[in-house]
Amino acid sequence: MHKFANPARFMRIAKKIVPWSFSLGFICLAIGLYGGLFVAPEDEEMGEAGRIMYVHIPASYMAMAGYIAMGISSVMSVVWKHPLADLTARACAPVGAVFTCLALFTGSLWGKPMWGTYWEWDGRMTSVLFLLFLYLGYMAVWNAMEDRTRAAKIASIVAIVGVINVFVIKFSVEWWYSLHQPASIITSEGSKITMDILWPVLVMIIAYKLFFITIVLWRTQSLIMERKSEKLEGRISALREKGYY
Amino acid sequence: MSAAPKMKPKKTKASLRKRRRIYLIVTSMTVLSLATFLVLSAMKEGIQFYKDPSQIVENRPASGQSFRLGGLVVAGSFTKLAGTMNYKFSITDTVEEVKIEYKGLLPDLFREGQGVILEGSLNENNIYIASRVLAKHDENYMPKEVVDSLKKQGVWQHDDESSNENIPNKNAPETIK
Repeated sequence: MHKFANPARFMRIAKKIVPWSFSLGFICLAIGLYGGLFVAPEDEEMGEAGRIMYVHIPASYMAMAGYIAMGISSVMSVVWKHPLADLTARACAPVGAVFTCLALFTGSLWGKPMWGTYWEWDGRMTSVLFLLFLYLGYMAVWNAMEDRTRAAKIASIVAIVGVINVFVIKFSVEWWYSLHQPASIITSEGSKITMDILWPVLVMIIAYKLFFITIVLWRTQSLIMERKSEKLEGRISALREKGYY
Repeated sequence: MSAAPKMKPKKTKASLRKRRRIYLIVTSMTVLSLATFLVLSAMKEGIQFYKDPSQIVENRPASGQSFRLGGLVVAGSFTKLAGTMNYKFSITDTVEEVKIEYKGLLPDLFREGQGVILEGSLNENNIYIASRVLAKHDENYMPKEVVDSLKKQGVWQHDDESSNENIPNKNAPETIK
């Protein structure tokens, strides 16, 4: 555990991973988009408009997976008090928030022609909107507090408690009557989507995941450097006070 | 975690604190999840996006009181008043049926056998006057060829046999005067 918690080592490993995750992600994105928009047959009921799911399902999936990643980092931050865990959790937040926005936006575009409405307050949609607010709240805590250790503690609590909402999102369509359709891919009876329609979704999920990993590693690196420069600045101004400069 | 036998005295104290923090997280998360679950199940009625026909037969909302109603459009129940946008159909949850009247545009996915969610209220004659119709998509996604071959083999599980050929708002099966 502590082997990877060393920031210098982390930077070295991250630098090795990023080019791979970025280029593989890009290839998957190209294959997934081409497969989804041109190769896969259209759904019998939804027609061409159904193809929005190739953006929507992966985005929703990563919105939740990103939150889980943030929650796990936050648990590590609380238990091991390691600043690197704070930084990875912080790096996840805006990326996950963007995926959540994308999921809400594409869902609403799909909803208009299919359901006949852009937005309804059903269990699924409301809980995903709440997920967005959790991401925003988490980022707000970091930005509102000067004291890094206190900010880390409170932000981690927000992140960990919010994980419950991810499960509410997942099961919202099973527990309650909702407008949103129930789970299609992971169900007790297997996938409810035929394979020729499904495969680009899976490729897109891999693409989004690699994209997420790339951005989070980038952001973590820049946060590490930001922290270093903050420390240096502090040291310089301390020296200045002593009259060395 | 286990690779530091050199600094044993310090380590045990620190690991005790770590363990305490883990316990704290685990217990508080368990309690919070349970609380959330209880609150959500207590509010179940309110969170349900719509009621089904059985629920309103069992516990009829007052006439004129608006609520959402969801179910499948009964095959063969759809009629359109000629030359208008007045529609009549029934919806069912396979146990009870409710008669619906609606005036307005129908969403593209609307067809017999399709799940729909309506906004409106019951009148004195137990007819639900809808002011809005939303179509519900189910969790199955399949291309047309698969649907056709399933139909040919007679294993098409969808709620009616005529879903594709008989899109009601386009063919307007019969009219009532």
